[in-house]
Amino acid sequence: MSADLLAVDRVTKSYAFGGLFGRGAFNAVDDVSFTLDTARPEIFTIVGESGSGKTTLARMVLNLIAPTSGAIRYRGTELATVRGARARMDFMRHVQPIFQNPFEAFNPLKSVDRYLFMTARRFTDARTTAAIEACTDAALQKVGLSLAEVKGRFPHELSGGQLQRTAIARALIPGPALIIADEPVSMVDASLRISIVNLFKTLRDDLRVSIIYITHDLATAYYISDRIIIMQKGRVVESGAARAVLDNPRHPYSILLKDSVLSLETIGEGILGAARAGRQQRPRHGESVA
Amino acid sequence: MTDERPPAANGAAPGPPLLSVRSLRAYYQMRYFGIVREVRAVDDITLHVNRNEIYGLAGESSCGKTSFIKTIAAANRPPLNVIGGSVRFSFLDRDIFGLSEEELSRVRWKHLSYIMQGSMNVLNPVRRIRKSFLDFAFRHIGRPEREFFDIVERHLDRLHLSPAILKAYPHELSGGMRQRVTIALATICRPEFIVADEPTTALDVVVQKGVLAMIREVQQEIGSSILFVTHDMTVHANMADRLGIMYAGRLVEEAPTREIFANPLHPYTAHLIQSLPRIGDLSPKRALPGAPPNLSAPPPGCRFHPRCPLAMDICRRENPALTTLGPGHRVACFAASPEVRPTSGESDAPARAPALASPLEMRQ
Repeated sequence: MSADLLAVDRVTKSYAFGGLFGRGAFNAVDDVSFTLDTARPEIFTIVGESGSGKTTLARMVLNLIAPTSGAIRYRGTELATVRGARARMDFMRHVQPIFQNPFEAFNPLKSVDRYLFMTARRFTDARTTAAIEACTDAALQKVGLSLAEVKGRFPHELSGGQLQRTAIARALIPGPALIIADEPVSMVDASLRISIVNLFKTLRDDLRVSIIYITHDLATAYYISDRIIIMQKGRVVESGAARAVLDNPRHPYSILLKDSVLSLETIGEGILGAARAGRQQRPRHGESVA
Repeated sequence: MTDERPPAANGAAPGPPLLSVRSLRAYYQMRYFGIVREVRAVDDITLHVNRNEIYGLAGESSCGKTSFIKTIAAANRPPLNVIGGSVRFSFLDRDIFGLSEEELSRVRWKHLSYIMQGSMNVLNPVRRIRKSFLDFAFRHIGRPEREFFDIVERHLDRLHLSPAILKAYPHELSGGMRQRVTIALATICRPEFIVADEPTTALDVVVQKGVLAMIREVQQEIGSSILFVTHDMTVHANMADRLGIMYAGRLVEEAPTREIFANPLHPYTAHLIQSLPRIGDLSPKRALPGAPPNLSAPPPGCRFHPRCPLAMDICRRENPALTTLGPGHRVACFAASPEVRPTSGESDAPARAPALASPLEMRQ
């Protein structure tokens, strides 16, 4: 058990709804299990549509909410036993989050560097201003930025990509073993998306950080992940090696997900070509150059 | 300026284009303590949108896409000012900037409508959906209320929405349903021209595909033109008939969708297409170095040159004009062809007060 970095063991989270009459419970996450190995850092992807329980699962792994049943163990320690400020801080040192929308994750009235300095002061040995700045700068260098670019800036002064990379740098400051990235590229532009996704690869290969990558974008999932689980309505419907699963999905829901990915093979007619052709015999635009 | 007529490749659109934009310029002009700063968000854009066509506009955030949309709908407010150029819709007898506020409000929704980005936030949370329909469309349709709601219900049915949602509040609907409601709102008056600003960015893949198919279906049915704006090239590949690529306030390439994916001539377009991750493809994708330029202090010459792998000497000095190099294929890049010439001086003038141009530089 101790070789596992993270063990999620039959975890369920249910929320009660309704009032006096007609009470019910809704399982946001239903009997999910997986483990991450300490020795082999990997990018573990959780895929699913909105409302499939991806974020709830992430919040449980971050110990922000407690599972209704089942257990999550980080290096053999059950998260339910992580209590008190000291223990929680120690846990946060090892497990760090990156959120979806960097513009919402940072307070617009605070300069971005304050988050970095605060993290450095809390989680590292750096005590002097110079040491804190050096440690922050080192983290920013890892994501292709530098403190000079970020210092004193407010979130609106940085581009979305810079801000998201700053968020990743912040998560790297404590030197975590596990990063939980909740839809880190869904708000980011196409040209920056690939730079952030590549950054995750670098983190895994060079810094040996395991990453739980939560997304609904199957194309980037295919590009970077090692293992994948596909969730629907709180349940894991398919899991395995990422490429094997995505090349050849078995479960009807996985097949639906894969079919919904807009393909590039159908440029100029696309998913909508069928709808168009069947409808009327209007000459199709863009066809004459094909 | 280089292409006066709609591209011949587009056989489906006889007659004049529905929208024709000529050398449109719109800058954010700000005055701080007497120092004028300009952000050149829309810089010399010329394009046409034909009848019954989906024109895709791609580009990253802060490249001026939204400013462009605002300007062509004459919805720009100071500090975004129109500096020059014209925007002609075929359903208007004059330039849209010549209309009074009153005339504009008659045109909007009826002829020119808008599918907004975050469906989460655009519907009034304290009004039921039916009230929103009344607010937007009642006046334009000009029928008694009962007949009006018959029309609305028939239209909702077309979008596979049940009439029951009219009684709901926005928070009671799922994201996909809300987005379909905004599409219904935008198309209920059967407008000739629809602007769709990132309509599916916030939706997940399964819903996204349905919503896109629906936009296309409604477009075909009412025969309108759509200016479809998103940064997602895979969406463009499947939606757009023609595609325009914007970079730093300028249109850098335009071609029919298949042509642009098969044969991108501008290095920025080539990068956008090549860097798309796809299932079944494991080749490493490279990110473009650098960041998009700050539009208050754009680099001289071609705005893409600091990040461009093909940058030559002339790119640092002169701005390439958008030149037609194939049927309907226009590109602004010196490396693409020796036929590409610099633009006539004007737009190369440095932005005013370059010393204080960027808030970032001001701090250093």
